[in-house]
Amino acid sequence: MGEITYIDAIREAQHDLLASDDRVFIYGQDVGDFGGAFKATQGLKKLFPDRVLDSPISEDAMIGVAVGASIEGMRPIIEMQFADFSSVGFNQIVNQAATQFYRTGVPAPITIRLPSGGTPGSGPFHSQMMESVYAYYPGLVILTPATVADAYSMLIDAVALDDPVLYCEHKFLYRWLKAEQLTDNQDPLPIGQARIVRAGKHATVVAYSAMVHEALRAADLLASEGWEIEVVDLRSVKPLDTDTVIASVARTGRLLAVGEAFPWGGVTSEVVSRVTNDGFHLLDAPPQRLNSRDTPVPYHPNLWEAHRPTLESIGAAIRNLLQL
Amino acid sequence: MPEFERDSTTADGADLWKDQLRRTFRAMVTARTLESKLASLYKAGKIVGGVYIGPGQEAISASIGSCLKWDHDIFGPLIRDQAGRTAFGEPMLDATRSYLGSVKGPSGGRDGNIHRGRPNEGLPAMISHLGAMVSVVTGMLLARRIKGCLKGVVGAASVGDGASSTGSFHEAMNTAAVERLPLVVVLTNNQFAYSTPNDRQFACKSLVDRAIGYGVPGYEVDGTDLMATLRIISSAVRDAREGGGPQLVVANVLRLSGHGEHDDASYVPDHLRDSPLGRDCVSVAEQQLLSSEVITEAELLGWKSEAAEEVQAAVAQAQQEAPPDPFADDWAVYSSSQLSQTS
Repeated sequence: MGEITYIDAIREAQHDLLASDDRVFIYGQDVGDFGGAFKATQGLKKLFPDRVLDSPISEDAMIGVAVGASIEGMRPIIEMQFADFSSVGFNQIVNQAATQFYRTGVPAPITIRLPSGGTPGSGPFHSQMMESVYAYYPGLVILTPATVADAYSMLIDAVALDDPVLYCEHKFLYRWLKAEQLTDNQDPLPIGQARIVRAGKHATVVAYSAMVHEALRAADLLASEGWEIEVVDLRSVKPLDTDTVIASVARTGRLLAVGEAFPWGGVTSEVVSRVTNDGFHLLDAPPQRLNSRDTPVPYHPNLWEAHRPTLESIGAAIRNLLQL
Repeated sequence: MPEFERDSTTADGADLWKDQLRRTFRAMVTARTLESKLASLYKAGKIVGGVYIGPGQEAISASIGSCLKWDHDIFGPLIRDQAGRTAFGEPMLDATRSYLGSVKGPSGGRDGNIHRGRPNEGLPAMISHLGAMVSVVTGMLLARRIKGCLKGVVGAASVGDGASSTGSFHEAMNTAAVERLPLVVVLTNNQFAYSTPNDRQFACKSLVDRAIGYGVPGYEVDGTDLMATLRIISSAVRDAREGGGPQLVVANVLRLSGHGEHDDASYVPDHLRDSPLGRDCVSVAEQQLLSSEVITEAELLGWKSEAAEEVQAAVAQAQQEAPPDPFADDWAVYSSSQLSQTS
């Protein structure tokens, strides 16, 4: 059996979407013959010459074009070269795409791929996590796949949805994360359902995207110290599966929410807030959050390693939580 | 323009021209009547939210609308395009229902006034951020190309001197030019963006010079002159329709109202009001069409009284209708049914 990477899954999903649905087209910078900055569209221009289109460096217009195309019944996939650059298209995403159905009753089935998160040496403008920013806005769906199978099935789901989706794919997972096959022999979970990726009884760690893997490594580490840590992969941060998280906290009594995004507000705050509101009586200790540091994402690998949550810092946060 | 001149030398061409002039002017008269009523209702406190009208810009706006075919072409209006909406074919009730807060309006009270639209019929609903609709119209055209049904279609987008300063406008113009789509952008330079005069808005000699930078044809016209304006816009629309790519038309006028009805426009200096830019395009057109015998005095009176009746009926109907009920609204923000129960 061959090895399939996370980026292969994204490329395969886009291939299958283009092949099965004439309404799908891909629009983004360098996505054509070049195959994309990360090769997520490699070879697709040759197969679907009229539906894989290079765009100018115009993120605002790219999203505006997608909104217009959605009115005409198309299902555009917009590749932002880096999630960080979606800030230039922010207005069209949050004011145009997100409000269209509410204001006019006309759906906006747009998928915006955001190559997200840090990799060593990428610096402040090629490393950001944008999910918390977009999750703030009504009308948007925010997906954060953490596995090869989810990268595939959730991109298929994103394009099938009649609403605008920010599909946050983590660049660190692109070639590092591998699986033997594209699907994992289970029926894919529906959008909006979290997955318990490791069962435990002493504490719950809620994570998403690349942090799921750091949390699993931390859980391994804690297992060697005798602790059984449950790890929940949110999969989608909006909708947020509060039920699965609270059910887990009911079993463990302790919660740590981990995210790679900046610490002010955001997904981890939302998780803690919901658990505190709806499951306060289930908690044996104050719920904890662990995010990146509150600075721009630093360039040098030494600084970057200490900026985002890691195996070590998550391990330390869990140990602290267990002692509270 | 040469294309058009050729046509108007034939008998058929002259009839078509006359017919289009009449349709365009009639939409101007209707829009002026409707907007005067809306302004009165605003002052009487009967309007939900603000009122934004386009006196002085009707010749430009109606010329756009009358060159387009409803449910075939695309029109992305801006805030002073009642005349263009009327000429394009938007039902008047859409306007009165939106302004008067009827739940039967196109957005059911979820949005209002000039933010109404019928996207599925070629009339996208503008957001407030200037320049942002140009790429939406561009995307609608691109989609039709992909679907194979672009032939003979034109998309028009309306912008102003203020919108021309936005990155959104620039990105969309450039994108449409790269794709060589049949987009006609009509830039109404009405001398002020809210209170900001042109000398604080741009530094080029004329905004039409921007066309050179995008590699598209650019035309400049006196927007107070219906005949000149309709000639230029219909020629640009025809060129786009026939495969000539994007076109930029800059039409110069003076806004004869405030930014909205809350604004008395006291910042507009008298010398501008007294200049040729300050002419009222409706009066100019009236004289043009009467003296060239395109319409008669009797017809004009008839049109005006029919417009008044239509406005009266549309206002009365919207006023009788219920406002939105927060307990009856489903507050659904997602179109996908599987997401409706989640958050």
